[in-house]
Amino acid sequence: MEKTAGTLKCDIVSSRREIFSGEITLFVASGVAGDLGITPRHVPLITELKPGPVKVISADGEESIFYVGGGILEVMPHVITVMADEAERAVDLDEAAALKARDEAERELSTSTSEMDVELARLKLLRSLAELKAVEMVRRKKKR
Amino acid sequence: MAGGKEITTKIRSIENTKKVTSALEMVSASKIRKSQDLMNATRPYAHMIRRVMGHLSKANPEFRHPFTVRREETKKVGYIIISTDRGLCGGLNFNLFKLVLASIGEWQGKGAEVSLVTLGKKASGFFKNVKVEIAAHTSDLGEKPQIEDLIGSIKVMLDAYREEKIDLVYVVYNDFVNTMTQKPTLEQLLPLPETDDEEIRDIWDYIYEPDAEALLDTVLVRYIEADVYQAVLENLASEHAARMIAMKNATDNAGDLIDELTLVFNKARQAAITQEISEIVGGAAAV
Repeated sequence: MEKTAGTLKCDIVSSRREIFSGEITLFVASGVAGDLGITPRHVPLITELKPGPVKVISADGEESIFYVGGGILEVMPHVITVMADEAERAVDLDEAAALKARDEAERELSTSTSEMDVELARLKLLRSLAELKAVEMVRRKKKR
Repeated sequence: MAGGKEITTKIRSIENTKKVTSALEMVSASKIRKSQDLMNATRPYAHMIRRVMGHLSKANPEFRHPFTVRREETKKVGYIIISTDRGLCGGLNFNLFKLVLASIGEWQGKGAEVSLVTLGKKASGFFKNVKVEIAAHTSDLGEKPQIEDLIGSIKVMLDAYREEKIDLVYVVYNDFVNTMTQKPTLEQLLPLPETDDEEIRDIWDYIYEPDAEALLDTVLVRYIEADVYQAVLENLASEHAARMIAMKNATDNAGDLIDELTLVFNKARQAAITQEISEIVGGAAAV
């Protein structure tokens, strides 16, 4: 396929499967050093991702939202690669389960004593909050 | 009927064995597909991380990560050996162990020490009898191995490598070529072998966020974990394929044996009848 200046290829994979692959015009995600918006011909960049939603606008203007539970993002001028620890299409997320996980994590966070448990609970909380954020984004998109 | 009864008992016992082996064959046949699906599902990730690694090795980072630096002297060699938990899969494990033993012998000949991490019961059982250090062991990974279950064992090797206790790490597994062929494979894991099939040749570098050192470390560790995980899945598919073939052979052999024994039985029965008739005829002639 001929690559125009206006698009870049984006691949989102988790360790279990491929989630998304296609030509896009805009990519938005939250990196460890802050939120990132990436358009074609970005300089090479490599960063870790925080658990959070990822927004992608494909070449035909379609907007898709994904949930990424941490991972690595590599940006090349014409290719974006997301290697997520876990990833899901936001529409496939289970809001009730995420809410439950958040409450559980909050409870665990206040009761756990060992460093390990606290860290696990914190991660769980971050991930469930990220899932909820992705769900919220989908909802807002529908309203528009 | 001389031996007639013994032969029928034998035939019946072989028939039972045949039932078991053909059942195992069918179970393995269905499991191959599942493990193949699993293997294919993780391929995109492995492929992507390899691509990024290729870019990384072409970039000019301001510092060299220890995982990519070749050490001048190799004093100790590490092996991550991936085997099966269960037997009845032909020479699958043994062919792999032969490969490992050959490589160990070569390094020991050069005066290097050896340290092993074994995955699967068969490897730990086998290498217990070989006089080498076993640093870690994991088994019972099941039909759906999880990457989380491997991280501990892999970390043992990575830490030893970081502390320069180990200078070279291999991963050994059976590569699933197809159902008929599984190839014992010895792959160098650390230091990372250089790739030079990329089209990017100019001098350039990434922007690293937060910093190059931490990030490279994360990427490299992920890469190694993904690589070993892929190897485990390949080995799992190989296990089922090898077991299916082994059980198919056993079923065929049992069938052959039953045919042969049935022939012997029929002959013995015929001989007995012939003998009886000739006895009667002889008796009648005498009267």
